[in-house]
Amino acid sequence: MTENGMFGARDTGDTSGYGGLVRTAITTGSSERPYGSYFDDVADDLERAYPEFSTAIERVVVDRGELTLHIKREKLCEVALILRDTLKFETCMGVSGVHYPLNAGRELVAVYPLLSMTHNRRLRLEVSVTDSDPHIPSLVDVWAGNNWHERETFDMFGIIFDNHPGLTRILMPDDWQGHPQRKDYALGGIAVEYKGATIPAPDNRRSYN
Amino acid sequence: MSFDPYAPSRETTEGTVFSVTGGDWDSLIQEIGSTKEERVVVNMGPQHPSTHGVLRLVLELEGETVTEVRCGIGYLHTGIEKNIEFRNWTQGTTFVTRMDYLAPLFNETAYCLAIEKLLGITDDVPERATVIRVMMMELNRISSHMVALGTGALELGAITPMFFAFREREIVLDLFEMISGLRMNMAYIRPGGVQQDLPEGAIPKIRDAVKLMRKNFKDNSTLLIGNAIWLKRTQGIGYLDLAGATTLGITGPVLRSTGLPWDLRKMQPYCGYENYNFDVVTADTCDVYGRFLIRMNELEQSLRIIEQTLDKLEKLEGAPVMVADKKIAWPAQLALGSDGLGNSLNHIREIMGTSMESLIHHFKLVTEGFQVPAGQVYQVVESPRGELGAHVVSDGGTRPYRVHFREPSFNNLQATSAMSEGGMIADIIGAVASIDPVMGGVDR
Repeated sequence: MTENGMFGARDTGDTSGYGGLVRTAITTGSSERPYGSYFDDVADDLERAYPEFSTAIERVVVDRGELTLHIKREKLCEVALILRDTLKFETCMGVSGVHYPLNAGRELVAVYPLLSMTHNRRLRLEVSVTDSDPHIPSLVDVWAGNNWHERETFDMFGIIFDNHPGLTRILMPDDWQGHPQRKDYALGGIAVEYKGATIPAPDNRRSYN
Repeated sequence: MSFDPYAPSRETTEGTVFSVTGGDWDSLIQEIGSTKEERVVVNMGPQHPSTHGVLRLVLELEGETVTEVRCGIGYLHTGIEKNIEFRNWTQGTTFVTRMDYLAPLFNETAYCLAIEKLLGITDDVPERATVIRVMMMELNRISSHMVALGTGALELGAITPMFFAFREREIVLDLFEMISGLRMNMAYIRPGGVQQDLPEGAIPKIRDAVKLMRKNFKDNSTLLIGNAIWLKRTQGIGYLDLAGATTLGITGPVLRSTGLPWDLRKMQPYCGYENYNFDVVTADTCDVYGRFLIRMNELEQSLRIIEQTLDKLEKLEGAPVMVADKKIAWPAQLALGSDGLGNSLNHIREIMGTSMESLIHHFKLVTEGFQVPAGQVYQVVESPRGELGAHVVSDGGTRPYRVHFREPSFNNLQATSAMSEGGMIADIIGAVASIDPVMGGVDR
């Protein structure tokens, strides 16, 4: 998937050159063993404790000294329980959502940073779903502290966490329309005029990306 | 029921609702007493002097016993994470600094460390910049703990500790003003280093301040430690043990009050914390008093670290405070003028008078910013309230693709129910104060 141009200019009209920009969707490859650091131990332990490792884990990515496991959403709860009980990742540091509208089939991503205080290790889980079916099983039963984080991710991205004890908006008002952190949700704002010069609203300013 | 202008009542499907606007409490109590219902639901906040900011607590009471607590948050939501996506990477520092407004330097450091990790320049950040960051963070920890102690005591009815605490905080804020030009929200820590070097004569001034604070801290500790009334209001209150804290993801002083010495400065050091001598303070009482003692004793540990940074800074006099790569470092050499912040005249002379290339470079870097290679990182720092995590995603552009902050206040506030249900209504105040939530950080 690619996106062409900038500020809506197609053929002419934009003399800055940015109209010719081509943006491609972000793709991540997967890493090969050895992963380095304690990451091999984590992967080995998980493979040993969880026979379905190869089907449940889509990718293992090691980037910038951090380990990420991409997990199929159907297997998320099983893997989470094993990570908590066998691999001693006692705490989940919450959920962060990311919206990649250009990545067809994996538009919405939920990212879970885990921490093992026993082994002093960190690990990141990633689950991706489509825009049309944004359901992910809730992990509140595994890590109770995920309650508010999942509500926030629902509020901001519209990811629905199934079996959450009370999935309601948390930061935005209850009757708010839309999910603000999605890329198709405009920032809004008004242009500011000062001494005759007009400064456009932030989302209408020139982008150099 | 007679009409009461201060507490009019109306019938709903949930029972009788009273809107209390102050005034005649006697008639309200009389009216409530006349209903058959034992259970009373009370809205506490969001505008309430004891809820530590715009926190709304929905309390279910039976008499004075709390049976259920629910938090209502979001009153201070400002969309910082969304706004950052429309500014360049450097401009992001001015947003993140405004989240947890009592610990701005921690927000900036987490954000900048994350960007540096994405850029792969973590090891290129000059040592002097890193030492200044540590010093600023520890000063900030003192000022933040001072607000926690002062307001916490104030909310429980003790006014004097607040005066002492804010006196100390003022010393720190004066230092911040001297160093960065601003008392709060200074955006002083920037990707690649810090915004400017320490001004002349800063180190002796900080040394004096450390000496003064060490002496002054005794005022509050002699006032509160072992104080009979204080003990009655804090001991055994807001109980949360290790199992509860881990499953709720609680970090910081609340976790350390369960006896676990978990401090990211020791366990997963960043900014060279492994080179400093300090102790991780713990308590094993799991209650409000334990958390109070931890904060009290962490002040002294912060002073110890600050003294060590000052020794290092004296040796690093004149060393750079910004990464050498001119494609990342802010082009203007800012200098603290008599009127606050200002550009260095030499730099203006160069870009306006002698070098067109410098001007182009300056213009490009300031308006467009630098590009950060695609990827994602999760960077943590130990903020005064616990693990502050910055999840930063880049798509390779000049603006962040997504920045999410795992705010310790947001997470720890979830413990309110576990800490206060089954207790007395007056003890909620102590429990919430011991979590020390900053609503700017909770709501972002």
